[in-house]
Amino acid sequence: MPADIISTVEFNHTGELLATGDKGGRVVIFQQEIENKNQPQFRSEYNVYSTFQSHEPEFDYLKSLEIEEKINKIRWLPQKNAAQFLLSTNDKTIKLWKISERDKRPEGYNLKEEDGRYKDPNTITSLRVPVLKPMDLMVEASPRRVFANAHTYHINSVSVNSDNETYLSADDLRINLWHLEITDRSFNIVDIKPANMEELTEVITAAEFHPHQCNTFVYSSSKGTIRLCDMRVSALCDKHSKLFEEPEDPSNRSFFSEIISSISDVKFSHNGRYMMTRDYLSVKIWDLNMETRPVETYQVHEYLRSKLCSLYENDCIFDKFECCWNGNDSVVMTGSYNNFFRMFDRGHRRDVTLEASRENSKPMQVLKPRKVCTGGKRKKDEISVDSLDFNKKILHTAWHPQDNIIAVATTNNLYIFQDKVN
Amino acid sequence: MEVNIEARRILAVSISKLYASRTQRGGLRLHRSLLLSLVMRSARDIYHSSRESEVLSGAQSAPEEPMDTSSSPGEQTRLPEPQPEPQPVLNSTETAPEEPDNTEDGCDSEIIEDKENLSPAKQSRKRRGKASAAPDFLPSKRARLEPGEERYEVPLGSCRAGESLTTLSLNRVIPRRTDTSPAPPTLPGHEVCPGHLSLFPGERGPETEMHGQEPLQCCLTKLV
Repeated sequence: MPADIISTVEFNHTGELLATGDKGGRVVIFQQEIENKNQPQFRSEYNVYSTFQSHEPEFDYLKSLEIEEKINKIRWLPQKNAAQFLLSTNDKTIKLWKISERDKRPEGYNLKEEDGRYKDPNTITSLRVPVLKPMDLMVEASPRRVFANAHTYHINSVSVNSDNETYLSADDLRINLWHLEITDRSFNIVDIKPANMEELTEVITAAEFHPHQCNTFVYSSSKGTIRLCDMRVSALCDKHSKLFEEPEDPSNRSFFSEIISSISDVKFSHNGRYMMTRDYLSVKIWDLNMETRPVETYQVHEYLRSKLCSLYENDCIFDKFECCWNGNDSVVMTGSYNNFFRMFDRGHRRDVTLEASRENSKPMQVLKPRKVCTGGKRKKDEISVDSLDFNKKILHTAWHPQDNIIAVATTNNLYIFQDKVN
Repeated sequence: MEVNIEARRILAVSISKLYASRTQRGGLRLHRSLLLSLVMRSARDIYHSSRESEVLSGAQSAPEEPMDTSSSPGEQTRLPEPQPEPQPVLNSTETAPEEPDNTEDGCDSEIIEDKENLSPAKQSRKRRGKASAAPDFLPSKRARLEPGEERYEVPLGSCRAGESLTTLSLNRVIPRRTDTSPAPPTLPGHEVCPGHLSLFPGERGPETEMHGQEPLQCCLTKLV
């Protein structure tokens, strides 16, 4: 079902909840059930906690355009009270959802029957105060804010500020700053739209607030650059404070160089000292203090470099892969094709390719590392580049903020893997 | 020429993608349109430069190393030489990233005139009666003349391959040898795009570009 295609995956700040958004505008939230936590060998399972329809398809009558209900991004707010809050966005509208539990209900109304009908007043002879009685857990999602009509182009990112009061939303050409309480006003903080659209050379592809510095955010572009902006400098952050760009390797020049250098995702490390970018073939780690080149570069699937023309024809070259850090920033992860995903251990300089598929995902089974044969004789268990299934792509992955639990989304399915415990 | 064929194929694929993206749910995607237009520009540049080198290799036997297609078939996507400065060329060709209605304007006129060569894209409901071959939003530009050049009389409304590549179907772009289309008109201060490519390996800079323009003039004289 095309509507079931997962379009975003995000753990909340404790990792207890995992939210997914799909092409049909639905949000499904999973909750971690920790079995036998006191036992040395415990397994946590994620079960469905809440499902709701976040966005519906809309029609822009002025432009005769349909607005897709696909959820582009979900971001959780840090928890402040018993309820959970998340922001979910489609191409045009951001919504703040409150997810709350109800496990008690009032019973014994004086004036009403249990089914809600009002009693005949003549039959009421005494006063009775309703009492809260336990009930089966019900999880309710309600839209608390709708932030609409602020984006002409398609929203690609939302990011909650560390001040927990504001957030940014970014489309192809502009970034807006919102206050979580105020829906009828937003401030434009970046605008790269040229006066003459014929002069357009790059678009904004992703944006994120710094995890600790509430005045700092970054945005990436289709040209492979990242700009870091400081909101204290001016109201409109068109002038960057830092520009991160690696000079292109001229020996790699091709028809498609520009497409593959477009950055599809940017993520700060948890400690706020680094940021990671994903372009079509690689993952790069940047030190915020060095703008001239990344400190680390990891090749995700370099064997695709000679196949760019075919990947252009079948549209795969436009795929936007995301990337993520583990809790202590020692490992980064990103997806690839054939339901493969890759992890790069920064400290130990090793990497692994794993596969998310039903065949090798029996519960408790350890994932076997996979290998793509890039030429010459194919060894047993290796897969040749030509047998890769490019329809099976992993664009969205997420890592639990503390534990080694990962969520990997294939086209229609969500896989949750965790560390093997001895 | 392999590169020529590859460039044509990529152009054809790109144009069909551009048309298909107009009917996509959610409207024209700016990022995707921009990337498509960048690829199309590269392909068009390669196509023109390889066409030129065909003509030139007939005229002179100077080794044209940048145009060497000795690369293996798997390497067909490689440009023969470093990409020329994209900025001036981009200005004259960018319409894909424009607001959706502008692109629809341009594409509509093509749908009317070139139906059999289109991929099966949905026929636009809008502005069927738009008859002008040159869409209104395209400025009428004349090529910047170098000292000593003469201006050729060019018929208005004919193929403007240098501009708005996205509004032309492949049928117009390819057989330039058969029609009488002029040199791509340029915006003031920008180079004509085929002339911008250096035909003399290793040299770059203004002298080279003027050099590059002389053979282009010769080339055009033959076509016109």
